[in-house]
Amino acid sequence: MLTRLANPARFMRMSGPVLPFLAVATVLALAIGLYLALVVAPPDYQQGESVRIMFVHVPAAWMALLVYLIVALASAVALVWRHPLAEIAAQAAAPLGAAFTLVCLVTGSLWGRPMWGTWWAWDARMTSVLVLFFLYLGYIALVNAFDDMARGARAGSVLALVGIVNLPIIKFSVDWWNTLHQSESVLRMGGPTIDVSMLVPLLVMALGYLLLFKTLLLIRMRTALNERKTRALRLAAPQRRPETAPPEAAAVMR
Amino acid sequence: MSGFQGWAAMGGYAVFVWPAYAVAFVILGGIAVQSWRRYRVSLRELDRLLQK
Repeated sequence: MLTRLANPARFMRMSGPVLPFLAVATVLALAIGLYLALVVAPPDYQQGESVRIMFVHVPAAWMALLVYLIVALASAVALVWRHPLAEIAAQAAAPLGAAFTLVCLVTGSLWGRPMWGTWWAWDARMTSVLVLFFLYLGYIALVNAFDDMARGARAGSVLALVGIVNLPIIKFSVDWWNTLHQSESVLRMGGPTIDVSMLVPLLVMALGYLLLFKTLLLIRMRTALNERKTRALRLAAPQRRPETAPPEAAAVMR
Repeated sequence: MSGFQGWAAMGGYAVFVWPAYAVAFVILGGIAVQSWRRYRVSLRELDRLLQK
């Protein structure tokens, strides 16, 4: 599947028809997820209604990690096999990962204030997620810092791979260090400890976030391929320039 | 407080719950709109070049 899709022309042909379905599925999942999260799910017996922040916070945290993993893996493929589509995928995914990480940080802060009495603490979980956010920003900045696009992509790929050490630190920070943040209650050995009445809305919201990511990833990859093609066409046909330039410029060129 | 008002009050946590949902909506909606706009522009540019 992946290797068959890993050809820019074929990717454009196959991703186009999928897009509307993905977009509709995203809207449906998020609509159902929001209804479950805000209306159906019960208030927590300790946290009351503030627990509803979980349904936008936790899936954002999962996506922040998953998208980074995708950026790093695509970067590895780009470095080893020099595959253009892998590079495009990594660069298209990174801003989405940064957005999810920012959602995670801000909603976490809004949840921390009423529950812990503080907007922010420099503890292991929060600091490592903040580092993840800066890794995304660093990757995006580095990719765009070179005039030579290939060099920028390669430098970005190396940074993405080095940054992968941060992922296990985030995941296990709540076990390794004393932190304000609670420990894992869904993705843990021995099954979730969270009640099913909250688990279902959480998973539906997570599905909505995942579908949103896939939709936007395809859109952004298609955009990048269009832009590359535009650039290649402009480079290949410099003799057409005078026609597109304003009349006085064309006169000078003549 | 009952019905809609009671629900919107979020048991006294309204000032935290609603901004959290608003932030998620603005950030994710924002990047969705930005991605779509840039996609439309890329299609238009490519079309213009191919038509020549």
